[in-house]
Amino acid sequence: MKSWDNITKIAFSVNEGKSSAVDLVKESLKRINEASEYDAIISLTKDRALERAKMIDDGVLQGQNMGRLAGVPFIAKDNFLTFGGETTAASNILKGFNAPYQASAIEKLEAEGAIVVAKANLDAFAHGASTENSDFMITKNPHDKTRVPGGSSGGSAASVVLGLAPFSIGTDTGGSIRQPAAFSGCVGLKPTYGLVSRSGVVAMASSTDCIGPMTKTVGEASLILDIMSGRDPLDSTTIEKDTLGYIGADSDLKGKKIGLVKEYFDDSLNSEIKDSIDELIVKLKSAGAEIVDVSLPILPSALAVYYILCPAEVSSNLSRYDGQRFGYSYEGAKDLNESYAESRARGFGREAKRRIIIGTYVLSSGYYDAYYKKAQLVRTKIVNDFNDAFRSVDFLLGPVAPTQAFKIGEKSNDPLAMYLSDVLTVAPNLAGIPAITIPIDMKNNLPVAVQLMAAQKHDRSLLGAAKKIEELAL
Amino acid sequence: MVKLSEEEILKLANLAQLKLTSDEVSEFSSELSLILDYVSHLDTIDVEGLLPTYQVTGLENVTREDIKIDYKVDKKLLITNLPSSKDGQIQVKRMIG
Repeated sequence: MKSWDNITKIAFSVNEGKSSAVDLVKESLKRINEASEYDAIISLTKDRALERAKMIDDGVLQGQNMGRLAGVPFIAKDNFLTFGGETTAASNILKGFNAPYQASAIEKLEAEGAIVVAKANLDAFAHGASTENSDFMITKNPHDKTRVPGGSSGGSAASVVLGLAPFSIGTDTGGSIRQPAAFSGCVGLKPTYGLVSRSGVVAMASSTDCIGPMTKTVGEASLILDIMSGRDPLDSTTIEKDTLGYIGADSDLKGKKIGLVKEYFDDSLNSEIKDSIDELIVKLKSAGAEIVDVSLPILPSALAVYYILCPAEVSSNLSRYDGQRFGYSYEGAKDLNESYAESRARGFGREAKRRIIIGTYVLSSGYYDAYYKKAQLVRTKIVNDFNDAFRSVDFLLGPVAPTQAFKIGEKSNDPLAMYLSDVLTVAPNLAGIPAITIPIDMKNNLPVAVQLMAAQKHDRSLLGAAKKIEELAL
Repeated sequence: MVKLSEEEILKLANLAQLKLTSDEVSEFSSELSLILDYVSHLDTIDVEGLLPTYQVTGLENVTREDIKIDYKVDKKLLITNLPSSKDGQIQVKRMIG
C-alpha cells in the first residue's frame, strides 16, 4: 500500500512544474493494475485522463495556475456520471451506458484540475453494505482479502486505502461512505444534506442521498468538500456553502461539549471497538473537551424508518430504467409491456428487485398511511431528538458500525442482517446532519473508527473537531 | 406478523413492471415478511401532534429565472445510448399486443 503526498502538496508541485500530471495519472493507473486482485475498480477512464493530464501540464508550461487540485488523480464511485467511459452503478441494466453529461461534483473537481482515472465498484445502485450486491464483482478489504470493504462505496474506500489514487468520492444514503471508510480505514465524510449537488449522480433515495469525499486525512476531506459544495441550479435541493469555506476550521476542543450517544453503546457493540473509543475519550478529555452522556431514545427506530423510506424512494427512482432510452434492453419482447418487464427482470439484481417490491408495497393504496406516512412522522421525531441534543452539546460521538469488517458471504444470504449493518449510520441521513468517519485504531489487523456528528450546516466545525480527533488518535 | 403472500408479491411486481421468477417470488414472500415484521414496531411509537418530514433543510419553492439554458448535452451521445432507434428517434416495440 504505497501512499501519496498530501493532495495540496501534489497540486502545488504540479503548478510549480516540478511534477507532471501525466506522470501522476500513469502512476495511478499502474497502481490500479497492480492491485487488480482487490476488485476495487470497475473501469478506467484512461484515454480521457491522459488527455486531461497533458492539457494540465501544457497549461503549467504556459505559466497558468491549473487549480487547487492540479493534476491530482481521483477515483469516482461508478454511480457518478462521467465522460471517458461507461457509468454503470455496478448494475447490468446500465452496462454500456455512456453518460451524455457529467455530475456537477465531477465538473467542480475538474475545474480545479483534478483528473478522474477510474470508476470504483459499489453495491449495484448503492444498495448494500458490503459491495457483495455489485452485479460485477466483490471488492476485497485492503487489510484482509477474505473480508468485505464495507459498502456501498466499498470500491472508493478500498481505492484510497490501497493508494490507487490520492482521494475518491462516494455517495452516502444510509451510511455508504462512513461504513466502508470504517471497515477499510480511511476518512469518509457525509456532509449536510444538500451541501453537494446530486446532479448527475444515479439517484437512490433522493431525500437522503449525499455526496462526499473519502481521503487519507481530515484536512484533505475538507479541501474536497470546499470544492464540491454549494448551490447548483441543476439540483434545487442544494444549499449555500459556509461563508468561511471548509478549510482551516478551528480544531481546538477546549470547552467543547461532546455527547456520547447512549443508544450507540449497547450490548451489540463489539467490545474491542468500545475499548478503542474509551481510549479516545480519555485523550479528548485531556484535550479539554467536556464529555457528557446523551440519550436519543428514538434512535433504535431509525433503521426501521430508513428501510421503509429508502425502498419507497428507490422504487420510484428505479422506474426510469425501462429498457427503452438507455442501458440494457431485452430484444425478444413481443410488445412494449413485455419489453419493460423483461428488461427490468434481466437487468436488475436481486437487491434492486427486493427494494422495488418493498417500496411498491409501502407506497400502495391501503398501506401508505401505515408504513410510508408513519415512517415520515417518526422521522420528525428523529429530527427533533437531534435538534434537542445539539442544543446542549456541540458534537455527538459514537461508533460507525457495531462490528469491524465482516467476512465475505457472512451476511449475503440474509438481507435483514445486512440492513442491520447500517443501524448506526442511517439516523444522520434521516435528519440531514453531517457526520464523519475517522479511523482511530487497529484491532485484529482491521481498522477501528469513530463517527462524529454535528448539527445541520455545522460541517465546518465538525471538520475542525475531526482533525483534532485524528491527531489525538495517532 | 405481516405476511406477504406469493400472490401479493406477483401483484406488486406487476404494478412495478417487473417480471419475477418463481424462485424470486417465493424467496421475496418470506424475506419481505421478515423485513415488514422488523419495521412494524413503528406502530407503537407515539407521533401525536407531529407533522411528517418529507425534506430536511427547509427550502421552499426554489425557482430559477425562466430563461433558456444550453446544457451542451451531445445529442449524438444520447442517440448512441438508445437500445433501438430510427432516424434519430427512440424506437419501441408495439404498444398494442
